[in-house]
Amino acid sequence: MFRILSDAGGATVAVLIDGRPYQAPRGCTAAAAALLAGESATRTTPVSGVPRAPYCMMGVCFECLMEIDGVPNQQACLIPVAEGMRINRQHGKAAVQP
Amino acid sequence: MPKSTCDALVIGGGLVGSAIAYGLARGGAHVELLDEGDVAFRASRGNFGLVWVQSKGVGVPEYQRWSRLSAEMWDGFAAELRDATGIDCGHEHRGGVTLCLSEQEFAERRRMMEQLHVESGETRFEYEMLDHAGLKKLIPSIGPAVVGGSFTKYDGCANPLYLLRALHAAFIRRGGRYVGDSKIVSIKAAPHNFSVAAGGRTITAPRLVLAAGLGNRELAAPLGLNVPVRPVRGQIMITERVRPALNNVVTLWIRQTAEGGLMIGESREEAGLDDTTTPDVQRTLAARAVKTFPFLRDVRVVRHWAALRVMAPDGLPVYEQSPRYAGAFVATCHSGVTLAAAHALRFADHVAGGALPAELARFSDRRFDVQDSV
Repeated sequence: MFRILSDAGGATVAVLIDGRPYQAPRGCTAAAAALLAGESATRTTPVSGVPRAPYCMMGVCFECLMEIDGVPNQQACLIPVAEGMRINRQHGKAAVQP
Repeated sequence: MPKSTCDALVIGGGLVGSAIAYGLARGGAHVELLDEGDVAFRASRGNFGLVWVQSKGVGVPEYQRWSRLSAEMWDGFAAELRDATGIDCGHEHRGGVTLCLSEQEFAERRRMMEQLHVESGETRFEYEMLDHAGLKKLIPSIGPAVVGGSFTKYDGCANPLYLLRALHAAFIRRGGRYVGDSKIVSIKAAPHNFSVAAGGRTITAPRLVLAAGLGNRELAAPLGLNVPVRPVRGQIMITERVRPALNNVVTLWIRQTAEGGLMIGESREEAGLDDTTTPDVQRTLAARAVKTFPFLRDVRVVRHWAALRVMAPDGLPVYEQSPRYAGAFVATCHSGVTLAAAHALRFADHVAGGALPAELARFSDRRFDVQDSV
């Protein structure tokens, strides 16, 4: 669904998106990486469970909440990818460690 | 100035005024509800949302009975509001716990609960003291620092914002008229004849209910009522939404909303009319929360706020009819959620009937005169 408009030199970093290896463009955000990898819904909502996707891509709408490196409810559109980053879709309410 | 008349005029569109206005309209009266606007302190918008009975009314069994009565009526009341408006107030009634973090707190708590039990007489206030192991069965996420706690079945919670919306909606469905931006300019009083200028209009009614929170102090005096309420600030924080972590049990200062956020209170501060938050109190609240529930260490706070409780010198509600101008009533308390059902389903009927019953005599403003003369 999405493609990169300008090639940033081809440098990539290896991330895991829902456990699957993906080469994300260096400097892109976790939300952009998830979209480029073909994920349309990046979470389901905590109350009604409906699917949601990144929307504003600038930190305002909170639609892009994902679990990143084990931390839930992260604004994926504000977090640049890093080597080995684990980016997971979030299903409903975040789990807590009892 | 445009003039209108109605059967009863309620001043204050928060939880107390809205509940009474709804109750009056429910009884068939033509009611107007005047709300000052967002310049008011709006305690109802910052409420923690407990329907709380345990610890209410130590030494004042009338207050315990009144709170319990309301908590018991809440089940049907929430259903009534939902049926009338389609708004679910998020009412839960699964009991509540007061957490104790030391043996001393636990011992003091036990004494207090026993006193409430003894004072309840034939209405039999029931409670259970749970040690750490017993409490862990009820709320598995407590940490080792928790010594135990008191449990009663009477306690619960509701979403105060949905409750306020539901009360307004139910009131309007019953033919009530809600008017915002209506700061009171003047009240002309005669027995059973009140003329109120507000929002560029004059409204006349034979019944008047002052339910203006902190504003009652000033509004009540010319009507011969003494309402020495003061603001007591409370700060609250709320976390990101997480899966159920408290087993649906509410406590005095932490509860989980239906949406998943953990609300963490509460502070009691003499801060005048300052309703802002402070880092020192927020730090204290967070530290106590993490000590009590270690899992919170990894849960992030997303918002915090403060609100001003409407507090009488003895912490009790004030209910009275003006001795000088029959038909004028005052109602004020710091438990607008807990007492919402009693205000709508009982207090409003007393106002409509023109007299407060003996069960509410303990809440008369005359108790302040006695204290002044001591």
